[in-house]
Amino acid sequence: MPLDATLRGIRQVGDRTLRIVERVGATVAFLGLTLAQSATSFRRFGLVIREIFYAGVQSLIIILVSGLFVGMVLGLQGHETLQNYGSEQSVGVLVALSLVRELGPVVSALLFASRAGSAITAEIGLMKATEQLSAMEMMAVSPISRVVAPRFWGGVFSMPVLAMLFSAMGIVGGFLVAVVVIGVDDGAFWSQMQAAVDFRHDIVNGIIKSVVFGIAVSAIATFEGYEAPPTAEGVSGATTRTVVSSSLAILALDLVMTAFMLKGWN
Amino acid sequence: MERSTLNLWVGIFVLLGFFSFLMLAFKVGNLTAGGSGTTYSVVAHFDNIGQLKERAPVRSAGVLVGRVRSVLFDPVHYNAEVTLAIDSQYQFPKDTSASVLTSGILGEQYIGLDAGGDDKMLKNGDEIKLTQGAMVLERLIGQFLFSKAQEGGTSKDGADKGGKK
Repeated sequence: MPLDATLRGIRQVGDRTLRIVERVGATVAFLGLTLAQSATSFRRFGLVIREIFYAGVQSLIIILVSGLFVGMVLGLQGHETLQNYGSEQSVGVLVALSLVRELGPVVSALLFASRAGSAITAEIGLMKATEQLSAMEMMAVSPISRVVAPRFWGGVFSMPVLAMLFSAMGIVGGFLVAVVVIGVDDGAFWSQMQAAVDFRHDIVNGIIKSVVFGIAVSAIATFEGYEAPPTAEGVSGATTRTVVSSSLAILALDLVMTAFMLKGWN
Repeated sequence: MERSTLNLWVGIFVLLGFFSFLMLAFKVGNLTAGGSGTTYSVVAHFDNIGQLKERAPVRSAGVLVGRVRSVLFDPVHYNAEVTLAIDSQYQFPKDTSASVLTSGILGEQYIGLDAGGDDKMLKNGDEIKLTQGAMVLERLIGQFLFSKAQEGGTSKDGADKGGKK
C-alpha cells in the first residue's frame, strides 16, 4: 500500500512536469505562428499603433511613478549603507547601475505583465468566448494576423521604451533623494555615475533584456488568451496564468541573460 | 478612439522613450561626444598584473585615456600580455612606461602611463617596453619579514661571537 501511494505521488510529479513542458512548447509554437502571420501588422501599422497605445501609453503612469519610487528607495538605502564606508558620492553609481542593468528591465517587465499582459489575455479570451474569433475565421480573416499579431508587436515595441523610461525616472528619483534632500555633492554624483556606467555593456545590455522580456510577456499573454477555455472561469484562469507564468519567465530569463552578459558568451 | 489622437499619444510615448534613451546614453553613461570613438592598441608585458581585468581604466596623470582591451597569458615569456586601447586623441612617446596601480587602498586596479621623452610616438600595435607589475601584498610582507629575520640573525650571530671571545 505505501508503495502504491509513493508511485502515485511520483506519477503526479511526472504528470505536472510534462504539462508544464507541453505548455512551454505550445507557447513557443504559438509564437512561431504569430511571427509567420505578422505581415499584416506591418502592412497596416495602424493596428500596431492602436495596441502600443493600450499596452504602452496607458502603462506610462504606473511605470513612471514606480520608477520614481524605486529610484528614491535605492537612493535612501544606498546612502545609508555607503555612508559607513565614507563613500556617499558613489550612491549615483549604485542607483544607476542597479536600475540600468537589472531593476529597470525586470521591474518594468513585471509591471507590464500585470498591467498590459493580463489585459491582452482577458481581451483575446473574451473575444474567443463570445465567438468573435470564430466569426472572423468564417469571414476568411485570420484571427492570428488580425487580433494576435498586432497585440504581440505592440507589446514588443512598448517594453523597451517603458524600461528606459523606468530607468531614467529612477535615476531622477535617486538624484532627488541623494542630492536635493540628503545633500550629496551634485558633481560627484553625476561624474562617478558617468565613469562607472558603460554604454555598450550596461545600457545596451539592459535594452536587450527588455526586448527579450517584451517578446516573452507578449507571447505568453496572447497564447493564454487564445487558448483560454471559452467560459468566464476559463478567461479568469487564463489571466492569472499569464501573470504567474510571465513573471516566472521574466525572472528565469533574467538570470540566464545576466549570467551570459557578466561572464561573456564563451 | 480617434486615429489622430492615438497617433499623437503614441508619438509622445515614443519621443519620451527616445529622450530617456538620450539621457541614459549621455547623462548617465559615458557615450559623450568628447571621447572620439577611435582607439589604437598598444601591448605591454607585466610580471604580475594582480587583479587587473578587461575594461579596467588606463590613466595618465589621473586622466582616463583608454581601457584595457584584453589580458592574456604569454606562453613564450611566461608573463601577462595586456593589450591597451588608447583614445586616438592622446599620443604618447615611445619610451612611455606602464605600471599596474591601485586606486585607493581597496579600489580597483588600473594601468598608469608615465610619458617619456622620446620624439617618436607610440603607434597601433607597438609595445611598451618599460613596465612595472602589481605590488603583491603577500610578497611585500614576506620580504619585510625576511629582511627582519636576517637583521635579527646577524645581530644574534654577532652577540654569540662576542660571547665566545
